[in-house]
Amino acid sequence: MTRILTHLERLEAEAIHIMREVVAEAQKPVMMYSVGKDSAVLLHLAKKAFYPSPPPFPLLHVDTTWKFKDMYALREKAAQDAGMELIVHHNAEAEERGINPFDHGPLHTDMWKTEGLKQALDLHGFDVAFGGARRDEEKSRAKERVFSFRTASHGWDPKNQRPELWNLYNARKAKGESIRVFPISNWTELDIWQYIMAENIEIVPLYFAAMRPTYMHEGSLFMADDIERLEQVMGHKPEITNRSVRFRTLGCFPLTGAVESTASTLAEVVQEMLLTTTSERQGRVIDKDEGGAGMEKKKQEGYF
Amino acid sequence: MTDNSGKDPIYRTDALIGEDIDAYLAQHQNKELLRFITCGSVDDGKSTLIGRLLYDSKMIFEDQLAALEADSRKSGTQGQEIDFALLVDGLAAEREQGITIDVAYRFFATEKRKFIVADTPGHEQYTRNMVTGASTADAAVILIDARKGVLVQTRRHSYLAHLLGIKNLVLAVNKMDLVDYDQDIFDNIVSEYGEFAAEIGIESFTAIPISGFRGDNITDAPSANIPWYGGRALIAHLENIEIATNAAQEKPFRMPVQWVNRPNLDFRGFSGLISSGIVKKGDPVRIVPSGKNSTVKSIVTLDGELDEAVAGQSVTILLDDEIDCSRGDVIACADDPPEISDQFESTIVWMSGEALKPGRGYWLKLATQTVSVSVQEPKYEININTMERLAAKTLELNAIGVAEVHTDKPIVFEPYADSRALGGFILVDKITNATVAAGMLHFSLRRAANVHWQATTITREEHGLLKNQTPRVLWFTGLSGSGKSTIANEVEKSLNLMNRHTFLLDGDNVRHGLNKDLGFTEADRIENIRRVGEVAKLMTDAGLIVLTAFISPFRAERKMVREMLPEDEFIEIFVDTPLAVAEERDVKGLYKKARSGQLKNFTGIDSPYEPPENPEIRVNTVEMTPAEAADYIIRQIMPLK
Repeated sequence: MTRILTHLERLEAEAIHIMREVVAEAQKPVMMYSVGKDSAVLLHLAKKAFYPSPPPFPLLHVDTTWKFKDMYALREKAAQDAGMELIVHHNAEAEERGINPFDHGPLHTDMWKTEGLKQALDLHGFDVAFGGARRDEEKSRAKERVFSFRTASHGWDPKNQRPELWNLYNARKAKGESIRVFPISNWTELDIWQYIMAENIEIVPLYFAAMRPTYMHEGSLFMADDIERLEQVMGHKPEITNRSVRFRTLGCFPLTGAVESTASTLAEVVQEMLLTTTSERQGRVIDKDEGGAGMEKKKQEGYF
Repeated sequence: MTDNSGKDPIYRTDALIGEDIDAYLAQHQNKELLRFITCGSVDDGKSTLIGRLLYDSKMIFEDQLAALEADSRKSGTQGQEIDFALLVDGLAAEREQGITIDVAYRFFATEKRKFIVADTPGHEQYTRNMVTGASTADAAVILIDARKGVLVQTRRHSYLAHLLGIKNLVLAVNKMDLVDYDQDIFDNIVSEYGEFAAEIGIESFTAIPISGFRGDNITDAPSANIPWYGGRALIAHLENIEIATNAAQEKPFRMPVQWVNRPNLDFRGFSGLISSGIVKKGDPVRIVPSGKNSTVKSIVTLDGELDEAVAGQSVTILLDDEIDCSRGDVIACADDPPEISDQFESTIVWMSGEALKPGRGYWLKLATQTVSVSVQEPKYEININTMERLAAKTLELNAIGVAEVHTDKPIVFEPYADSRALGGFILVDKITNATVAAGMLHFSLRRAANVHWQATTITREEHGLLKNQTPRVLWFTGLSGSGKSTIANEVEKSLNLMNRHTFLLDGDNVRHGLNKDLGFTEADRIENIRRVGEVAKLMTDAGLIVLTAFISPFRAERKMVREMLPEDEFIEIFVDTPLAVAEERDVKGLYKKARSGQLKNFTGIDSPYEPPENPEIRVNTVEMTPAEAADYIIRQIMPLK
């Protein structure tokens, strides 16, 4: 009698297989942890892959200091629960120059995240970094490998990717080179939500609707997570209104648009997601700069 | 825009999402997963078909659609209508050229299944991409333009899908709208394809007349335009194809060990993805290749112990006995374990711009085993358009051939036809680390079974001790005319005065005897160095200090020899002479001959020299005389004990 595995069981088994390959073949792996829902799933899979051992690598959060307070709170708790070391990296130069999302636009992402990530990987000598990127997120991601090879300067060359056959991953590299590994490449946004429900995975409360202080900026709705700091950087106090909002993705609070919503349970969130007519990353500014090829260009420069 | 747009496709269950989300989620929690590949070119409407599948299954959002409409007006090929192809052509460079040049993975779902589509380019120069996409597919959708019928590329795609072991072939005869939905045209194509399919061993296929652009027979069949069609719509067919992972449960149990889980001294678990069969608590198992037997004590997961686990699951297994088992081993059912061997016949798909070098060492990765391997000269290459067998000395990018592979130690395997997991392998270049080929093992050649090492009593250590020295290979490499032989000769003279037992293997001398059957092609040069390496190794076993003076232009072969010997016994000496200086000296008049074209494959002229990156010793013959260079080398290698 055949036991039919569901799509979630298959995706889980694949992700676990990928993580174990990395641990068996890499010298010093690390797991990128952004505190978002995809990171939460990635971390949960890591616990499953190595149980009863704790995942044999640290978590790395490349912080911009502009994340939501709720994210910082869950970050500490999640690492502790998993029994893993948490490394938080701040780009010292960005900190010193006061780079922020209001005055510096794309430079904010470049300095804090792209440069910050490269610095952190170099500083600790990590040779493989797990990431939670998915192929359904964006067009150029659809072609990225599970094992995405990066040069010593962290560049990605889409024309020179290693062929990836069966479930055989080539983890060989020269000194200084590194590999980004995406175990949930084949998951869709719906898969992520279904898995969070099925496995009862803790996620940041901001994904659920609640009354929150919000303000409008350049036509989008944002949450005033740290009003004092906002005032300092914006030069004026934005007009704050309490609205029932939630977030479809989480990043820096002044860059992540909120959506008005009353979805306060997982099922309602999924319902809203399925009925919605705009794609997930639309809430983020990053894809739109540099024309249609925004993400692809960022990746070539070393963005995750 | 489409003839079917009025109907809500069967797999768009919007109503349930709004009315009863819990019921909807319950329904979608237990979908199956099917992976398929689409084969065809942009001309066949492949991207349009995929765009259509995503669009009809609501995988395209409003903002993407708006961008798509704008793009369609700018660079689309469908006039004012939406060009679905633009939706799936990912990278900017590809969008500009209007072709898909890589493997892209797309996702859509129906109530019954989640689908992963490998979208690969159709042109011959992208064979490797198609092979990559096919390697994980349960099914292949082969697109044909109804106006053009069975083309050379149709044959090629079908052959490749069949080669990669895909059992479910769907012949999607597309653009039926452009041939007035004519049944005769469809029937003729199906019968022509059927003849070809039988010729190459395809047992069955399913043909469906469709229009990706108009939406005919995609979600509902028969479409109003094709009343004569009696089969399933494309989606319904894909929902009913057998999934390979499920079928694998019928086969004997195998789990390649990925990682040994040792959180403490009391727990020693073997983690892996079950590639076939079912394993239960209490089952007798055998560890291959060691052949030791044990029993499954428990199957451990974070969610608790399992009574049984099946193909496709990642688990951790505990055994009753404390036996040796590590990454690369396979845990298998005790009564039907897989074989081991070190010589195989295989089909190889070459994927690198640098052609196969027969005889050279590559890394072979199969399941969780990584071993050194050499590929023999191909028996033949296959013309993938006509399926003819051609004579071949090597395999270039995108070439497919049959060749023997020899691994440096026995590996656990099954024929690819029985197991993708234990029969499919990749080859990795030892220097660049690039994945250069994929291959499929067919059967063991079994010659290895009859050759055993004869144990001898006097060891290499005892040979060396008697001569009061530590064996070494002093490997001189450099351009012709760099001074290798001269310096090596000086070094040997000095060592001889110091009562050392030495032997100098010189390139020209060896080619008069041992290697007189070899020429100067790349393959012959590799074999030349391999033999010299083996002879040098035998001589160090005898306790000698061996000096070799060979151009040995390729890093890979020098590395091969280094790996034959115990650590620290191989000393690479780079006789560093600029080409201009060596050519100026031209002691044997060879450069002159090479320049005038009388001598082919001459290193430095029309054949490359790859200088050592980290030689143990480097001597500069512009600044040093041969005697000075020899003195310097002697000082570097002392005390030799």
